[in-house]
Amino acid sequence: MIDWTFLTTKPKAVAAGGGIGPQLFNSFYILLLSLLVSVPVGMGAGIYMAEYARPGHFTEAVRLATEALATVPSIVLGLFGMLLFVNYFRLGFTILGGALTLGLLNLPLLVRVTEEAIRQVPDAYREGALALGATPFQVVTRTVLPAALPGLVTGLTLVAGRALGETAVLIFTAGTSASRHLFDLNPLAGGGTLAVHLWATFSQPVVPDAARIEAGAAAVLLLMVLFFNLAVSLPAQIWYRRRTGKR
Amino acid sequence: MSATNALETPTFLVQKLDAYYGSLHALRGVSLSLERRAVTALIGPSGCGKSTFLRSLNRMNDRVEGFRLTGRVSLDGQDIYAPGTDVVHLRKRVGMVFQRPNPFPLSIFDNVAFGPRIHGTSDRGRLRELVEHSLRGAGLWEEVKGRLNASALGLSGGQQQRLCIARTLAVEPEVLLMDEPASALDPASTARVEDLVGELRSRYTIVIVTHNLQQAARVSQHTGFFLSGELVEFGPTDRMFTAPQDKRTEDYITGRFG
Repeated sequence: MIDWTFLTTKPKAVAAGGGIGPQLFNSFYILLLSLLVSVPVGMGAGIYMAEYARPGHFTEAVRLATEALATVPSIVLGLFGMLLFVNYFRLGFTILGGALTLGLLNLPLLVRVTEEAIRQVPDAYREGALALGATPFQVVTRTVLPAALPGLVTGLTLVAGRALGETAVLIFTAGTSASRHLFDLNPLAGGGTLAVHLWATFSQPVVPDAARIEAGAAAVLLLMVLFFNLAVSLPAQIWYRRRTGKR
Repeated sequence: MSATNALETPTFLVQKLDAYYGSLHALRGVSLSLERRAVTALIGPSGCGKSTFLRSLNRMNDRVEGFRLTGRVSLDGQDIYAPGTDVVHLRKRVGMVFQRPNPFPLSIFDNVAFGPRIHGTSDRGRLRELVEHSLRGAGLWEEVKGRLNASALGLSGGQQQRLCIARTLAVEPEVLLMDEPASALDPASTARVEDLVGELRSRYTIVIVTHNLQQAARVSQHTGFFLSGELVEFGPTDRMFTAPQDKRTEDYITGRFG
């Protein structure tokens, strides 16, 4: 059922024998673009909240905003993304609009996970580094972040897993159709992802082999989350072990 | 500064130091001078201000929310609380060893090389030299020379504390502040750390906070007794323990309170 042809060819509109190539590509492309936006902002905010923020009105406002954003249902966020990117900026259904909205969806989770991971780092490490004459910036980059790495990787895989499986946000922003070219890097191309394709095939089973495509797409979805998690966490673990020294 | 001059002037001169945590008055009018290349022990019951005093010498208290300080603390004649003071440079000159051993989750080598690296040493050969020299200085080299790449967290508590001392020495400080460095260690490790303090005395100005009066008597040349934020008595260690001038000092060292 899942073979090379299925993974690399385009879907067919009405006939049997279609593949999921562009959708598979779009899933990873959108994930990558959304991480490019949400990781610097989300992890940056998490680091700020854990290391630098003094209790006060501003900190409270940021925390409240983060929590509010976290509670927005993804389909509502999808509608917001549509109003902003599809309508206001007149982009239409695009990879870019989908990735940006997805980034917004993942932002609060990233902030929270980063903040938690950094708060787990014992204060004794910070004091130790400061007492050796480290600048506050060196304390963060050389002591705190490396020590928090396992937590940060967990956060990243959580976010990525959710992004790869997300549909509601993407239906309204990236759309259900994919580019006619395979591996289309144009961010303004249609951004139908695998999860959305699964939903679309299921809700409007036009092709005769819809059941085959649904089952195949579902299996591939699971496998690609697994694949992505391994691809991120294995190198991170190896790096962390090497850095911390042999036990 | 010439060598003779350096020997005559005290390393630290503290004048009328008052410190506060919010509304808590933690140090009250403390004045003392710390002799160069000697060990000064600070004793007193818990909460008496001795750790606050110690942490005022490398401005570690700056981290504490609501900490304030008045008076003058000068290192080689320079007020370390003057505006524009380079705190990072100050902490490089004034190293600190903490109560609980706090090695970084890194290899033994990288722990010792941490300080030199953040101060710009990247030459592998130079780092190796510094690491060996510092580990020897801390009396740990023979025990770990075969496993420098092993995790520092796999060492025993006493070894970890000597690693932390080596890590501090690698930055080539002038002063060593030790905040109850042996209180979390077993008796054998404690003895090793005390011997080490005795050896380091010839090269560094050492200030050691301790709860252990015998330890203070063994390792130090000068002792200061703190009580409720005041420096009750300060003088040569042998005099403090044989003929204390203040009734409160006498009560404390004879074990009548504290």
